[in-house]
Amino acid sequence: MFRYTKATAVREALVWLVTLIGLLPLYILVVTAFKTDQEALTTSAIAPPTSLDFGAFIEVLTTTGRNSIPMSILNSVIITAGSIFGLVLLGSVAAYVIARRTRRWTNATYYLVLIAIILPAQLGTVPLYIGARSVGLTGNAIGMILLWIGILLPLSVFLYASFFRGLTTEYEEAAVIDGASPTQAFFRVVLPLMSPATGTVAILAGLIVWNDFFNSLIFLGGSTTQTLPVAMYTYVGGLVSAWNKIFAVVIISMIPILLFYMFAQKRFIQGFAGGLKG
Amino acid sequence: MPQSRILPLRRGSLEAAPLITGIAKTNVCFRHKRVIVAMALHAAGAHDDEVREQMTVTIDPTTTRTLTVPSKPGRRPPARPPGRKPLISYGHWWWALPAIVLVIGVHYAATLTGGFFAFTNWTGLGDWEFIGLDNFVRIFRDPLLLGAVWNTLFLAFGSVILTNVLGLLYALAINRMLKTRYILRTLLFMPVVLSPLAVAYVWKFIFQYDGPLNGFLGAIGLEELQKVWLADPTWSIWAILITVVWQQTGFVMVIYLAGLASVPIEVEEAAALDGAGIWGRFRHVIVPAIRPSIAIATTLGIIQGLRIFDQILALTGGGPAGATETLATQVYKQAFSLGQFGFGSALALVLTVIILGFAIFQQYITRDREVGKG
Repeated sequence: MFRYTKATAVREALVWLVTLIGLLPLYILVVTAFKTDQEALTTSAIAPPTSLDFGAFIEVLTTTGRNSIPMSILNSVIITAGSIFGLVLLGSVAAYVIARRTRRWTNATYYLVLIAIILPAQLGTVPLYIGARSVGLTGNAIGMILLWIGILLPLSVFLYASFFRGLTTEYEEAAVIDGASPTQAFFRVVLPLMSPATGTVAILAGLIVWNDFFNSLIFLGGSTTQTLPVAMYTYVGGLVSAWNKIFAVVIISMIPILLFYMFAQKRFIQGFAGGLKG
Repeated sequence: MPQSRILPLRRGSLEAAPLITGIAKTNVCFRHKRVIVAMALHAAGAHDDEVREQMTVTIDPTTTRTLTVPSKPGRRPPARPPGRKPLISYGHWWWALPAIVLVIGVHYAATLTGGFFAFTNWTGLGDWEFIGLDNFVRIFRDPLLLGAVWNTLFLAFGSVILTNVLGLLYALAINRMLKTRYILRTLLFMPVVLSPLAVAYVWKFIFQYDGPLNGFLGAIGLEELQKVWLADPTWSIWAILITVVWQQTGFVMVIYLAGLASVPIEVEEAAALDGAGIWGRFRHVIVPAIRPSIAIATTLGIIQGLRIFDQILALTGGGPAGATETLATQVYKQAFSLGQFGFGSALALVLTVIILGFAIFQQYITRDREVGKG
């Protein structure tokens, strides 16, 4: 009944046209970043550069000082990786206990986590900042990682718990009967089976942490430890209309995410659609 | 998770039943197991009320088989006899401890403390007083802050409406038949994974006075429409809205694509054969099927829309003259730039109440619909 007809081909062509127009901003972003200072000011935004000029990238990547872009990339990598590690470790073990042990307190804990997902975070920001400042956890990566683990743990626990509930207990029972301790059974047998859940948690948390601006601005503001978005904000604030340099920073901030996205786009899309429903 | 072997079973296909033993052995999730077994039994000719825990199925005159249908999903596995220990110990109870402490600390304790600060004049240092509702009176008497409340709602509703209309149209356009729909989906979802701040800079360039947008307007002879978009009191908020919509449409589209995948092509074809036009099929076949997706997309959209922050700071910084301030930017400015922690908390409380209000309201509406449907 529904077949690929001429009308479908027309529709396909139209959709492509709309998509390409929609993605024009990204095209402008790329061509501008490769222009020289002079070209960026004088040529049309959609004109391609006369030759690939890496000057803007080199200048951005050799910035020094407090808002040095290379340093901020390193900080962002450390904070993102640390947060993902903590969220996977703490989230999976907590969810395992919640999902497998059916006691009253584990149920209560589960609801505690569920409500925390719905609770908006804004109101807690001021007290968290005051608290972190008073114990010296502002302005450094450790405080930031702890903050992110706290903020995103409900999501991690929720995702892991729903995956654990779908997994039969036979695997770990077999492992324990064969002589594994509960800890070994979990880390050697159960957690490896949970790689789809781990992937979803890592993708969601990684994206949120890597792209975050608000929390880094508040909790790392004014310190020497800056994440890439904050460094980008400060760096761009000091440039007046040097769009080739601004876009070079913007592209540098996008590359890691886009690389991951290319390799695992299906996972990304499913993880995002599935994970945020919770 | 071991993937279940979900077999393409249809009512009436008798070959399905012999496969059940195989299915029951695989480690499928509980819900699927029941669905598959029940489907297979239906396929083998059983009626709904005949699908019991244990039953003998006649596949053909010479073959019968006894099947165990798992009990209904949603219930916990049968309780252990009280007092007896579980077969094995699942981890250690204290594994949940770090999570409990962090969740209570970062979410509950912080939010409650913030709610308390909202009624004080604390500045982060020194003494503070309990000042009752003064902070809130001040918010609702200040035209700038009232404007911020209005802008917050405008951006939330504007982005929800636009992203949902565009996302649904796009999902419908690529849902069926298109050969390149996966590439299109990947391309359109791409902006979603990018940093909102980075995306905002790209759009800042586009909205510059000598930028591509005005250049385009000039090229097609609409010079009178050219503006300093980001410094225009009326249009700057629209510029922010467009930036947000451009980035979020792909996300909404993916939610709708997932919903549309649940509409069986046969049903749509049947409706078309019965003479339903495009609109009729959309209204009576597709919309009822994607209601859950609509609920999810609008709820998430409102919650995200109420919190828009990065784009505003990058595009306008709240200007011109406060025309694009929102509650989120004001919370940041009052609490962290001006050090008015009490007053900033009061603004955050207003934002929180609005977010919770909409979330609960939306839950209520969607539940109502389901009841009405059932």
